[in-house]
Amino acid sequence: MIEFLRRIFAGSPPSADTAKERLRLVLMTDHLALGPEIVEAMKRDLVDVISRHVEVDREHIEVTFERQDRVLALLANVPILSVNRPSPPPSDGSPPTRPRRKRARRKAAAPSAPAEAAAGT
Amino acid sequence: MLPQAHDVAAERQTETTIGEIAKLGRAVVITSGKGGVGKTTTTANLGTALAQRGARVALIDADVGLRNLDILLGLESRVHHHLLDVLEETATLDEALVQDKHSDNLFLLAAAQAREKDEVDTEKMRALVGALRERFEYVLIDSPAGIEKGFKNAVVGAEEAIVVCTPEVSAVRDVDRIVGLLGNRFRPQLIINRVRPELVKKGKMLSVDDVNAILRLPLLGVIADEPQIIVTTNRGEPIALRREGATANAYHAIAARIAGEDVPAPTVELKKATFFERLFKGVRS
Repeated sequence: MIEFLRRIFAGSPPSADTAKERLRLVLMTDHLALGPEIVEAMKRDLVDVISRHVEVDREHIEVTFERQDRVLALLANVPILSVNRPSPPPSDGSPPTRPRRKRARRKAAAPSAPAEAAAGT
Repeated sequence: MLPQAHDVAAERQTETTIGEIAKLGRAVVITSGKGGVGKTTTTANLGTALAQRGARVALIDADVGLRNLDILLGLESRVHHHLLDVLEETATLDEALVQDKHSDNLFLLAAAQAREKDEVDTEKMRALVGALRERFEYVLIDSPAGIEKGFKNAVVGAEEAIVVCTPEVSAVRDVDRIVGLLGNRFRPQLIINRVRPELVKKGKMLSVDDVNAILRLPLLGVIADEPQIIVTTNRGEPIALRREGATANAYHAIAARIAGEDVPAPTVELKKATFFERLFKGVRS
C-alpha cells in the first residue's frame, strides 16, 4: 500500500530499492562464476545441438550473460549459414561463398535457462 | 610487563561457548574485504568492551604497512616493537605487547608501519596466534582490506570470523565475496556498521534486513553512524569505554553476544514510524 502510494507520488522507486535490486543481480552474476573454459564448452555443446538442424557459423558465435528484468539470461548469438542442409561445419573460417548471414538472436532454451540461472545462486 | 594471569584465563575459558579446545582462547579475525567500513574501529571497541567484561584480550593489528589500531586506542606513543619484530624474533612477545591505558587486561600487538604485508610469514603468523591463544581468552585480529596475502595472514590463525559491512552496495558485495573465501570453517558473523536510521526510513539506505536478506549471516550487531565515533577516534579513546549511549551499548551488547550471553536482537531502527509518518516520508522521497 505504502509502496503503491510512493510509486504514484514519487515516480521513481526509492534508491534503497534500486540498491537492493542491483545487488541481487550482481551477486547472482558473481556467484555464477563461470570460467571462460565453461563458457567455451557450453558454446560447443550449443552449436552441436543447433548444427543438427541448421548450418551455423561456428567462428562467430557469441555467448553472453545479461540481466533481463529480474533474472539473469544466457544469450547465444548464433549466425546461421544455411537453413537447408545440415552439414559438417566449414573447416575454413571464411568461405568465399558465404551465404547472407541471418542473425538469429535467441535465448538458449528460452524460459528454463533464466530460471535455472536464478535458482543456481 | 605482563601479569601472570595464565591460570585465570584458563579458568574463564571454561565459561565460553566454544568448547572444542577448552584451554585455548578464541581467535577471531575481523574482516570485510572493502576498506573504510570500520574494521579497525570495530576491533578497538570490541577489544575494549570484552576487556571491560573482565576478559583477557589481545588485539593484533595485521594491517602491516598501515598501522592504525594503536592510534585508535591512544597507544601510538607506547609502541616500540611490532608484529614483524615478534615473527622475526628480534623482540619477544612480552616486549611487543602494549598494555592498554584504560583496561589492564587489554593488550595490543601493533603492525609494522615501515614494512610490507608480503613480508609476513604465514606459518609464523599461525604459530603466533596459537601462542597468544594460550595466554588470552580472546585474540582479535584486525585484518587489512583486500583479499590478498595480508588477508590470508590475518585469517590463518583464526577459528572464527566477524565480518563488518556497511549498508552500501559495494560493501555488501565485498562481504559476500569474503564470506565465500572464508568458507564454513570460520562461522562468520555479521556486524552492520554505519547505519543511518533516518535514511533507512526514507528508503534511501539499505536497511539491516535488506543487507542480511542478501548476506544471510548470523547478525552479531548493528552500529549506527555516530558522530561521536569521530570524536573518540580523535582522542584515541574507543566509544566502548563509555558506560552509556546507544553506540557504546551496542558494542557492549556485541561483546556479550560473543561471550555467549543471550542478548536481545540488535537493532538501530529503534522506533517504527507511524502510518502517517511513513506515508508522508514516502511521498517526499
